[in-house]
Amino acid sequence: MHPARKQRLIIVAIIVVGASVATALIGNALKQNLNLFYEPTRIVNGEAPVGRKIRVGGMVKEGSLVRLPDSLTAQFIVTDYEAEVIVEYTGILPDMFTEQAGTVATGILNEDGLFIAEQVLAKHDETYMPPEVAAALKDKPKSY
Amino acid sequence: MASWQWFHRLGSPKWLSGTIDRWLPWVLSAGTLLLIISVVWGLAFTPPDYKQGNSFRIIYIHVPTAVVALAAYYVMAIAGAVSIIWRMKVADMALRAIAPVGAALTFLALITGAIWGKPTWGAYWIWQDARLTSMLILFFLYLGIMALHDAYQDSASGNRAAAIMSLVGTVNIPIIYKSVDWWSSLHQPASLKFTEESTIATEMLQPLLLAIPGAYLFFIAAVMLQLRVQIARSEKNTQWMAERSGL
Repeated sequence: MHPARKQRLIIVAIIVVGASVATALIGNALKQNLNLFYEPTRIVNGEAPVGRKIRVGGMVKEGSLVRLPDSLTAQFIVTDYEAEVIVEYTGILPDMFTEQAGTVATGILNEDGLFIAEQVLAKHDETYMPPEVAAALKDKPKSY
Repeated sequence: MASWQWFHRLGSPKWLSGTIDRWLPWVLSAGTLLLIISVVWGLAFTPPDYKQGNSFRIIYIHVPTAVVALAAYYVMAIAGAVSIIWRMKVADMALRAIAPVGAALTFLALITGAIWGKPTWGAYWIWQDARLTSMLILFFLYLGIMALHDAYQDSASGNRAAAIMSLVGTVNIPIIYKSVDWWSSLHQPASLKFTEESTIATEMLQPLLLAIPGAYLFFIAAVMLQLRVQIARSEKNTQWMAERSGL
């Protein structure tokens, strides 16, 4: 290869490697901030700030969804199968929100460890199948 | 050196123009055909999803456009590297041709994702999500490269700046791809898996496996059309271009 081209090839390599290293360092420094939500384990361990707007994500525990009478307030437990957080939400839950499915809630953790949500989203998993197959399987989802 | 001959030929606008003229009708019709078949198959002849119902069908547009939008960026960055190392003007034309097509594909992936997000998640868009944000950055990268290209009085500086930016932006592609695995995200991980069994039922997967090559072919055809414009603009004073135009 022509020496001038070789030199420019090295410059190209330096740009790509340099940009990658810089991004990796920034990503490493911001590690936790790049996560969308806190898992219940981290909330129970006290890693999440109290009284500030955060997100919690995990699976809605089976049988945990209760609606308070005469209001739009619902309570449910979000679990990562290691720890649990009780979430309270007043409003209309998304159609896809069900027990044993993933959810991401935005809100504030109060001093008693109750999570007061202002927005609840349903998190869909990567499984796609026809209804007949789902009925035949009746398999409990293991991950979220 | 004989082995480099194909590479130098690729650098000739005249040769490239002839090749595009020969291939474009085939690539365009094959891509369009594959897209029509896969979309009709996906929309009308696959079963609904057990949970999402019919809204899952947007996958036949969302996934192919997103996949090609990412791959297109690498092709564009390779053109950027060739432009910097070999100062090949066809490489600059390719970079300029790919950017708007890549931007359009990224935009389609973002829009279809938002349309699907509302009935599935309960929101069109959320901020701070790694997958959504990195894809939005890709869109801005494409737009930024187009803008940089035209930002200089002298086109050589514009070409250089756009090529460097295309190289720097390559960092974002593995981030988009792995964001759902590295960080917690609202977006689900990929259903199409290379190393293990895919988590999408076979009858739902089949049209998708036609739509992805269809989107690739359509992308190539769109870039060819753009390239033809670039070539015509830069070679407008040459003898061969005058003959090609029948002047």
